[in-house]
Amino acid sequence: MQKFTTLEGIAAPFPMVNVDTDRVIPARFLKTIKKTGLGKHLFNELRYDEDGTEKPDFVLNKPAYREARILVAGENFGCGSSREHAPWALVDFGIRCVIAPSFADIFNNNASKNGMLLIALPQETVDKLMEDADKGGNARLSVDLEKQRIVRPDGETIDFDIDPFKKHCLLNGLDDIALTLQKDDRISAFEGAHKAAQPWA
Amino acid sequence: MAQPKTLFDKIWDSHVVDVQEDGTCLLYIDRQIIHEITSAQAFEGLRANRRTVRRPEAQLLVPDHNVPTTDRSLPIENEESRIQIDLLRENAEAFGLPYIELDDIRQGIVHVIGPEQGFTLPGLTMACGDSHTSTHGAFGCLAFGIGTSEVEHVLATQSLIQRPAKNMRVTVDGALPPGVVAKDLALAVIGAIGTAGGTGCVIEYAGKAVEDLSMEGRMTLCNMTIEGGARAGLVAPDQTTFDYVRGRPMAPKGAAWEQAEAYWRTLPSDPGAAYDKEVTIPADSIEPQVTWGTSPEMVLPISGSVPDPSGVEDANRKRSLERAIDYMGLAAGQALTDIRVDKVFIGSCTNSRIEDLRAAAAVAEGRNVAEGVHAMVVPGSGLVKHQAEEEGLDAIFKQAGFDWREPGCSMCIAMNGDMLLPGERSASTSNRNFEGRQGPGGRTHLMSPAMAAAAAVNGHLSDHRDLI
Ligand code: SF4
Repeated sequence: MQKFTTLEGIAAPFPMVNVDTDRVIPARFLKTIKKTGLGKHLFNELRYDEDGTEKPDFVLNKPAYREARILVAGENFGCGSSREHAPWALVDFGIRCVIAPSFADIFNNNASKNGMLLIALPQETVDKLMEDADKGGNARLSVDLEKQRIVRPDGETIDFDIDPFKKHCLLNGLDDIALTLQKDDRISAFEGAHKAAQPWA
Repeated sequence: MAQPKTLFDKIWDSHVVDVQEDGTCLLYIDRQIIHEITSAQAFEGLRANRRTVRRPEAQLLVPDHNVPTTDRSLPIENEESRIQIDLLRENAEAFGLPYIELDDIRQGIVHVIGPEQGFTLPGLTMACGDSHTSTHGAFGCLAFGIGTSEVEHVLATQSLIQRPAKNMRVTVDGALPPGVVAKDLALAVIGAIGTAGGTGCVIEYAGKAVEDLSMEGRMTLCNMTIEGGARAGLVAPDQTTFDYVRGRPMAPKGAAWEQAEAYWRTLPSDPGAAYDKEVTIPADSIEPQVTWGTSPEMVLPISGSVPDPSGVEDANRKRSLERAIDYMGLAAGQALTDIRVDKVFIGSCTNSRIEDLRAAAAVAEGRNVAEGVHAMVVPGSGLVKHQAEEEGLDAIFKQAGFDWREPGCSMCIAMNGDMLLPGERSASTSNRNFEGRQGPGGRTHLMSPAMAAAAAVNGHLSDHRDLI
């Protein structure tokens, strides 16, 4: 997994609430058997007209935000389908961090397995960052995972919480299957006892 | 006495392999169901790292999302779909995993066939790379929808890394009025708690109205739990559960059954168990529900009308209501029964079981699909289809002008060519009305099977109780 340590870049404002993963990447692009190449379909319906031309009003099509690395979003981002194609598409486009008041659970898990940092902050704080994002290319945010800190363009800092295990995995780019396989003995011991207690399981 | 535990606590505690210092747990997963859309990259990951499947017999593979619902003897036209389905079979063979072929009568939607085969059992932990895995909670089975990386994790380690969820209980007291069914209850719950109301929680459904539900009804209710943002839904196993499970092909038999049932009877929450969140809904207040907007929480009784956003204070909420009304091509204040439909879809893991088809057929019988409406019925599995045909339901549907199809996800997710065209509107028994869910530019109204059948024959959203 790609490490996440620090990130400095343009933040795009995406104030919509309850952004579902069908919106992030519609189902018809799920026929792929690869993880890569989905960035061009990110937010497909918002981003392109029916004939495939870009909609100039959509935030990521505006010159100021084409290189965005961060999204500042509305509450309950990533709800709905469990498709991991959603973080794959975001990362493939170049978005490595989403800041929102809240995230849906499955999306939250999926993002962290792909080197993507999700930061949940109170609505008022997200509103401030949304104002920064609205300023476009001149207002860059920087995120430091080790320090759990966001620095706004005016230098103000905002601290955030993160699950310690997730932080550890992101900072070191750890493959959690490899981590779990180190506990193979414990899984086997559990399996033995479980099988004895519940032979049908 | 020991601390009273909830149903969730009991299942969770009996599956914890390891707890890290920060509280993160390694949770043992008894079963995994795998389909073609979210697994290819997981198998690719196993290969790349030279890993094997830890417990092949604990997996069950079946194609469902991307399969044609028309004549199965013909080759699959869409090349990408064919590649994905072929790859699922190749992966099953390469890793030695149980696989149900497309032309097998047991083939169907993951969340229909798990219970049907007795693969889903009370007290187990289960996972599937699909958010509606919450369905299996109807059996008192702790079932999580997961992403592809986690599918790979389960394949390699038979476990998931998770933190314990919070306990939430939704109690539905009293009896549902006649003509009001599990789908109405599910939609009413989401209307009450919102699409993020269950975030971080496992929802246990309780109360007389839930106990009175059949297994099909409980599956519908638990299925929609993810639309309320919860990690899983649960209903305590009882006699209704055992009667459904007994005799299923993969269910325990003989002495093992006796032992299992005795254990399952200990699973319901202890009296006095604590919940982090409680919601109570009186069953008799619920009417048949339909969604009007682009999120399952945008739901109203069929007697209602499209809301007016002008009075809404929160700017984000207001914008989202306005956007939904605009996308759906509706006007504030418009009566829901005035909304005309182009297509009707009866199917999906929410409502494609035998009871659902019976309810829709009861409305369709002796009536005709309205002119200009295309209505399709897509059974949840080959076995459901077979049973419906034995009962003559297919004949009722066909006579009324419904299109009777082969099993699969079909227009619920619109990957296989069954879809809405831009601007078209459907009455659908599925679970998601997101923008573009049933096809780019398509407009979806969610409802129960009887309500969808009523929309088909009337040509507009309507209260099916008027047709009884
Ligand atoms: S029927 Fe729809 S919701 Fe259910 S598993 Fe298939 S695509 Fe998902």
